[in-house]
Amino acid sequence: MHLKYESTLREPLVDGVKDYHQVTEDIISPIEGKPGTLWYVGFFISLALLGFGAFSVFWQIYFGVGVWNLNKTIGWGWDITNFVWWVGIGHAGTLISAILLLFRQGWRTGVNRAAEAMTIFAVMCAGQFPIIHMGRVWMAFFILPYPNTRGPVWVNFNSPLLWDVFAISTYFTVSLLFWYSGLLPDFASVRDRAKTKLRKLLYGIAAFGWTGSTKHWQRHEALSLVLAGLATPLVLSVHTIVSFDFATSVIPGWHTTIFPPYFVAGAIFSGFAMVQTLLIITRKILKLEEYITLGHMEAMNKVIVLTGSVVGCAYLTELFMAWYGANPYEFATFFKYRAAGPLGWSYWIMMTCNVITPQVFWFRKMRRSVAVTFVMSIIVNIGMWFERFVIICTSLYRDYLPSSWSYYRPSWPEVGFYMGTFGLFFTCYFLFAKYFPVIALAEIKSILKTSGENFKEKMVVYEEESAEKFAHDVAHAH
Amino acid sequence: MAVKKFVVGLFDDEAVLFPAVKKVRTAGYKLHDVYTPFPVHGLDHAMGLRETSLHTAGFIYGITGTTTALSFMSWVFNVDWPLNIGGKPHFPLPAFIPITFELTVLFAAVGMVYTFCYLCQLMPFVKKHIFHPRQTDDKFVMVIEVTEKTNAEEVKSFLAAAGAQDINEQKAEAGWWFGRWDKDDEPYLRKIQTTNA
Repeated sequence: MHLKYESTLREPLVDGVKDYHQVTEDIISPIEGKPGTLWYVGFFISLALLGFGAFSVFWQIYFGVGVWNLNKTIGWGWDITNFVWWVGIGHAGTLISAILLLFRQGWRTGVNRAAEAMTIFAVMCAGQFPIIHMGRVWMAFFILPYPNTRGPVWVNFNSPLLWDVFAISTYFTVSLLFWYSGLLPDFASVRDRAKTKLRKLLYGIAAFGWTGSTKHWQRHEALSLVLAGLATPLVLSVHTIVSFDFATSVIPGWHTTIFPPYFVAGAIFSGFAMVQTLLIITRKILKLEEYITLGHMEAMNKVIVLTGSVVGCAYLTELFMAWYGANPYEFATFFKYRAAGPLGWSYWIMMTCNVITPQVFWFRKMRRSVAVTFVMSIIVNIGMWFERFVIICTSLYRDYLPSSWSYYRPSWPEVGFYMGTFGLFFTCYFLFAKYFPVIALAEIKSILKTSGENFKEKMVVYEEESAEKFAHDVAHAH
Repeated sequence: MAVKKFVVGLFDDEAVLFPAVKKVRTAGYKLHDVYTPFPVHGLDHAMGLRETSLHTAGFIYGITGTTTALSFMSWVFNVDWPLNIGGKPHFPLPAFIPITFELTVLFAAVGMVYTFCYLCQLMPFVKKHIFHPRQTDDKFVMVIEVTEKTNAEEVKSFLAAAGAQDINEQKAEAGWWFGRWDKDDEPYLRKIQTTNA
């Protein structure tokens, strides 16, 4: 029997032979140079979309919520669909940075910064939909429990819509704090090598006077760990509470206990897909292929196929329960008006995009293909958008009273609003990619010695020797 | 704070830094700080720093959030305006859980970040002396304070023997001050300028 020592390290997380300074150069030099033509093109397209979105929102606020195609039967349409979709996308960032930190997954260091930024921008987009949906947005502060002159009549703490207010605002705040506390040391790196006065001034302000003192690092580590511990249940709670918006109602198709895990899995599914879309472009444009490697993409694709299958199981469970539960309304919703009926096409788009196509990721070759991953990431997000659309609209458009049955298609301000949030999201992301360190510098440096390609090369010697010799050397190490 | 004299040594590799820290401590020099570009695990123990109590602070903030949420919602529903909402109980504990949980997390996170910034003196426009511009890039910078009992030359040769490079002596403000990072304005430099004028 000939055993061999296998390095616990499977694949380097950072390709290329690099020292610490090279890492700093690779990640900070794009901030110091001028952005390329592609950046300007993308940025101005995003700004144009944002402008159109702002106009659509202005139109809706000026003329009232009636400019949307919502009606008495379908009270939630594209707005809440988009809200849930964006919140779902916002889940991957915290999952990568918090849950994978607790699980000690080294690969998170290459992608966590961009994913957290994406989370924050996605939640910013999401939050606008319920607020604009209120109609009289200037009254939006009524959702906060503040002492008022109406009694005071307080908000209803039993209402899942109010839980949402707390969940989304807490999630945004905590994600922002987590992201920014990680950014402090990296801003300091940019500041200390800045050549121009303006850059020194601005990054000096942004870095809060970080010096890299050992005591500060010790506290920083403690802070990251506890924030990760807090963010882990938080990220699960947020989409759970979003699902309560539906699950606590008595509408067929919404009133199920399966919703919280099903929504959380869906959120992670779509969030990882969006991370893939963004990172494939980012690594190409900023030339970060050595930091965001095929290994990173493969790891995320594994998460996608797992969560996609969880979501698929949930769809089948719903169908099964609609039949097995013997509730005629539940049965009608699923089998007559969801999988069939005037909006049935949306159900089958959802099924195809979310359950069938992601199965290609069972093959290693597909998981490691940039082109397949990119196309799949977009398909998954289309599918997840349709999932929310299906849940919301197909339960509403055929309600208990046949005389109020209706059909729904969005009006231009609804579409414009959605496009506007894309504008906001990508405007923020373009600014982030240009002016922020897209990869967590300090974290990459801390894993470089154990997971870099140089280290892997050193391990070859050990891998080739016999297990007996290795065990002997370890036992007699001096 | 005060202006002090320091001997500064640069290290390239954390493998050289660790034994050097140990030697400095046994030799009895006053180790001001070690600045590193990333968290070096175990360096805090090597330097003899005590564990941080930030976790405990976080726990206390979290508990504060829990009690705030629970007591506020119960007060609103039972004392201030006991409204009958569909005949539901006035103390619906399960319905209070989501908000209670969110506020626990919110208080703990916000409180901890503020405490962290307070303890480390982190704030926009806060300035501190940077001993070497590459301490946030790739160098590990060891700073030893020169007290009246220390012989600076001896420390320098000691650091050189421990593997440090680019050893120099610096006079600097040990604390923090408010200022702009594009201006060279250490408080003691300002003082010298005003006395000269």
